[in-house]
Amino acid sequence: MLDDYLVRALLAGIGMALVAGPLGCFIVWRRLAYFGETLAHAALLGVALAFLLEVNVTFAVFAVAALIAVALLAMERRAGLAADSLLGILSHSSLALGIIVMSAMTWLRVDLMGLLFGDILSVSRLDIALIWAGGLAVLAVLALIWRGLFATTVSPELAAGEGVSTDRVNTVFMLLMAVVIAIAIKIVGVLLITAMLIIPAATARRFARSPEQMALLAAVFGVLAVSSGLAASRLWDPPSGPAIVVAALALFLISLTPLPGRLNPARRRAPQIPDHADAGEEQ
Amino acid sequence: MDLRGVGFRGPDRWLVRGVDLAIAPGEIVTLIGPNGSGKSTTAKLALGILKPHAGTVHRRRRLKVSYVPQKIQIDWTLPLTVQRFMRLTTKLTDGEMRAALEATGIAHLRDAEVRNLSGGEFQRAMLARAIARKPDFLVLDEPVQGVDFAGEVALYELIRRIRDELGCAVLLISHDLHVVMAATDRVICLNGHVCCEGTPTAVVESRAYRQLFGNGTAALALYRHHHDHTHLPDGSVLDADGRLTDHAHGPDHDHDHDHAPTSAAAPEVKGGKPDA
Repeated sequence: MLDDYLVRALLAGIGMALVAGPLGCFIVWRRLAYFGETLAHAALLGVALAFLLEVNVTFAVFAVAALIAVALLAMERRAGLAADSLLGILSHSSLALGIIVMSAMTWLRVDLMGLLFGDILSVSRLDIALIWAGGLAVLAVLALIWRGLFATTVSPELAAGEGVSTDRVNTVFMLLMAVVIAIAIKIVGVLLITAMLIIPAATARRFARSPEQMALLAAVFGVLAVSSGLAASRLWDPPSGPAIVVAALALFLISLTPLPGRLNPARRRAPQIPDHADAGEEQ
Repeated sequence: MDLRGVGFRGPDRWLVRGVDLAIAPGEIVTLIGPNGSGKSTTAKLALGILKPHAGTVHRRRRLKVSYVPQKIQIDWTLPLTVQRFMRLTTKLTDGEMRAALEATGIAHLRDAEVRNLSGGEFQRAMLARAIARKPDFLVLDEPVQGVDFAGEVALYELIRRIRDELGCAVLLISHDLHVVMAATDRVICLNGHVCCEGTPTAVVESRAYRQLFGNGTAALALYRHHHDHTHLPDGSVLDADGRLTDHAHGPDHDHDHDHAPTSAAAPEVKGGKPDA
């Protein structure tokens, strides 16, 4: 069964979607979209280094992403620069470095398009094993720190005052992000990873009444997006990574259509107009 | 809980300096002071959220703390009901949760989304969350902001009752001098350092206090206000003699006037569709 490339692709994609959904919720809640983007761009540097040092790509990507995440935490504490400027510096310089390192290895023919937009149809059995092992580990750790991480998301001060070790929880969260980036890069590519983190979570927001529900629904929507994206790519032959993201987008758009009566959680109490004024870089 | 000579430096100045503050179990201590006098900073030092740049902070080991911060912004992307908010940092049984929500008068809002609550309702939810944890040490940073006056008095009474029941220490930050005075054992007047401290009456009499707040406040401290009835959340009224009546104008009364400034320009239409 695993001999069929489509089955392998599906398994890998589902594995990724199951982790990306819950973690993506925190990205949405904490307004960290740009942070996800930065880690993803850093991933390219990880890939380049993996070729250079001849080590496993997934491990190299994780290492570089984790390094960037920790560097960001450290820099943020020292302040001086706004978080989004810091992210911009890290994001694009690591992308540029990655491309330079890669082009310096003239003996190597790298499929840059595959790296940028994913190459899910070429995942190997080892890739699948890594994705599922890493994914399950991420979910287990996330379950362990869930209460603390969520409390920190709602109010860092309150959480710290009531005994949550907020620094530790935040660091663990960053490391989990690095794992997910490493897992997802092969599937949707450097440029589209953030989409898989954010779009399913945003789709789930509409239907969720509790954070736990939202995490679960985000995983479900992610799996739906992967399966329908792959189906579409089989039928009409578009590149599979972008097809998955477009499928996620379609689900999101469908979720925007008004819900009838009781199904709509927003109807139970009048919704407020979201306040975008403070959208930005609080972390 | 014990602070000794504690100081905390902000980016360009000391926010508080040389603060001594000890709170015993079962005691309600109120911090008062003008804006920027370091009340919240002192509370955060006591909680261990901030590390002091000078002095020492001692807290009893395994002290269970509940904290009501001055301000929480709930992002609209967060699906969070009051019920889930109550369980933010601890597991609670349904009974414990109901008791706390009833005590703060918002039992009917159990399943409401937190971001849809009014300011006063949210303050009540925060207080309910704090007391449901049954803390040893309760830190309340302006817990009644946005709460109506009658509710304010009731909530301070509730804080006292919680103290009596749990025997917990309470650190209260407030600038409603007149109301808080009645509900506190000791008042500490803060302005970057401890200006004066003592029982509420002693502090109000003191010279340092008058310099800080002016003479007029002494008169306010004596102000008492009583209602002969209580408004229940469903809109009915509980009279002082225990009679339950419907609210004078009923919970579903109509406002047939328009508050919008445009109403002067647009003629009001009642009981029908506007002419096409």
